[in-house]
Amino acid sequence: MSELTLLLIRLAFLAVLWFFVIAAVGVIRTDLFGSRTAPAGPRKGIKPTNPAAKPKNKKGEPRQLVVTGGPLQGTTINLTETPITIGRANDATLVVTDDYASSRHARLFPQDGQWIVEDLGSTNGTYLDRSKVTRPTPVPLGVPIRVGKTVIELRK
Amino acid sequence: MSEVAEAPVLMPAKRRGAQLAMLAFAVVIVMGAYANVGLALDGAIPSGMLTYGLGLGGFMLAAYLVLAKFAPWADPLILPLVTVVNGLGLVMIYRLEAAGARGASATNQLIMTGAGVVLFAITLIVLRDHRTLQRLTYTAGFAGLFLLISPLIPGLGKSVNGATIWIGFGPAIIQPAELAKIALVIFFAGYLVAKRDVLALAGRRLLFIDLPRARDLGPVLITWAVSLGVLVLQKDLGSSLLLFGTFIVMLYIATQRTSWVLIGILLFVGGAFLAGQIFDHVHARIEVWLDPGNPEFFDRELGGSAQLMQGLFAMGAGGILGTGLGQGHPYLIPLSFSDFIFPATGEELGLTGLMALLMVYALIVQRGLRTALAARDPYSKLLAGGLSFILAWQVFIIVGGVTNLIPLTGLVTPFMSQGGSALLANWILIALLVRMSDSARRPPPQAIQNEGMTQVFQR
Repeated sequence: MSELTLLLIRLAFLAVLWFFVIAAVGVIRTDLFGSRTAPAGPRKGIKPTNPAAKPKNKKGEPRQLVVTGGPLQGTTINLTETPITIGRANDATLVVTDDYASSRHARLFPQDGQWIVEDLGSTNGTYLDRSKVTRPTPVPLGVPIRVGKTVIELRK
Repeated sequence: MSEVAEAPVLMPAKRRGAQLAMLAFAVVIVMGAYANVGLALDGAIPSGMLTYGLGLGGFMLAAYLVLAKFAPWADPLILPLVTVVNGLGLVMIYRLEAAGARGASATNQLIMTGAGVVLFAITLIVLRDHRTLQRLTYTAGFAGLFLLISPLIPGLGKSVNGATIWIGFGPAIIQPAELAKIALVIFFAGYLVAKRDVLALAGRRLLFIDLPRARDLGPVLITWAVSLGVLVLQKDLGSSLLLFGTFIVMLYIATQRTSWVLIGILLFVGGAFLAGQIFDHVHARIEVWLDPGNPEFFDRELGGSAQLMQGLFAMGAGGILGTGLGQGHPYLIPLSFSDFIFPATGEELGLTGLMALLMVYALIVQRGLRTALAARDPYSKLLAGGLSFILAWQVFIIVGGVTNLIPLTGLVTPFMSQGGSALLANWILIALLVRMSDSARRPPPQAIQNEGMTQVFQR
């Protein structure tokens, strides 16, 4: 085996090894740079222009629930048609370990293209921005919901 | 891509196709490495290439099928990344065995890889929900502690190369500390989830850091004492550092309090300094670390620097691009197939190859930490964070040791070094990470009626 061939094999092997690393990074690209949807635009909430057209117009709908405060900070849950429960119970979608939260504390569910937050009779209450949630209330984008020490918000 | 964005359900994809492609790529890389070794050594493709390559490929395909069946939402990258490091380790051991390094056996390592994949599959099949481990918190704690001290039991323990870290049943000897580290991470996670509030909140503020109360120092002091005991009685610097560092980091993850990290570092540095003053074997390591090139230390009977220097020479000989697989002299390093497989690889693949390897390790750890971020309950977060940290910490300790960044401690390079116990334990660790990433990425169950009132709970 000639020197030159071995040199070429050696360089090719290193190149392939690095190509593997780059391919692996490519697979998780969305993790590193975020999803390809446009970054969150104006944060002032969505204008309820035409409720009838809402279900078709998916642009303004929140796609993610992000935990912005508390022990679970950084967790994101992608929103589907499924309701999301928050509480200390193990079967909640977001399980919080927090003495200030009840086992079934609050629920978020979609209705007519909007997400509604509902308090499930918790001891310490659920807060939407500054006001206590007493009946099912629609949640605008980017407005913090407080459950015990945990703060969550909806994002696009 | 707007069609994709319009999809009503935006969920992490399973990415099974990507996983299979990456897995095939990984196996191809390993087979290429075999071919390269054979071409350089004998000028022909080695006959073992098909056996070893297809053997590894077969094991990984089996692991993939188990994963696709029992953890379909698991992270697509973990398995291919592990395959590459495990495979390259096999190639290096094969190459060292071919060059006549005493003790290197690629066949053994391949069999152990197979056993590791079997354990991986068993863990995934038996453990359907990792949260059942939370019930075993104290059992795991006692099991871990017992495994850690078991080499000290007379008649069971075996002393190899000056460290009492082996237990033997007849011809088979295992290193129980490898399994102990997983059991202890499970214990730390369960314990800290239960006790995090008192450790995080109680205390007073002094200058610019929050100090915990004196009586809450108990767990830290106990772990510190145990790890120092391991250091002194078993002469195992690596496991001691691994154990204590992992506990401190998990404490930090649980409480987000910097003061714990400071307390931990102070305790360990203080303890290690004292141990260095009192015990010869620790003192020798520190001397060699400070001045490895000193001819006085090179051939010293107790804790000489010959091995470390050979490793540094090897990496120096490799340079940026390496000598090429099968074309260097890595077999000159003592124990080049186990503790020193990293410099051995460095000689043949060079800095470029080592950086790629470290990137692969970093990506495995990143996938683990990502799982911790995506997990929906604190126990999973701590467990995933702790398990990925212990992997990263282990790579740091051994790579830092062989490059003389920190005092050299005998630890295996995960998945690369020859050694059954470590390989099996690391495959179990990966199975736990895969199980957790499956449950973190799995979409919540769909309601049957979409009325907003029907809820389906997942047990």
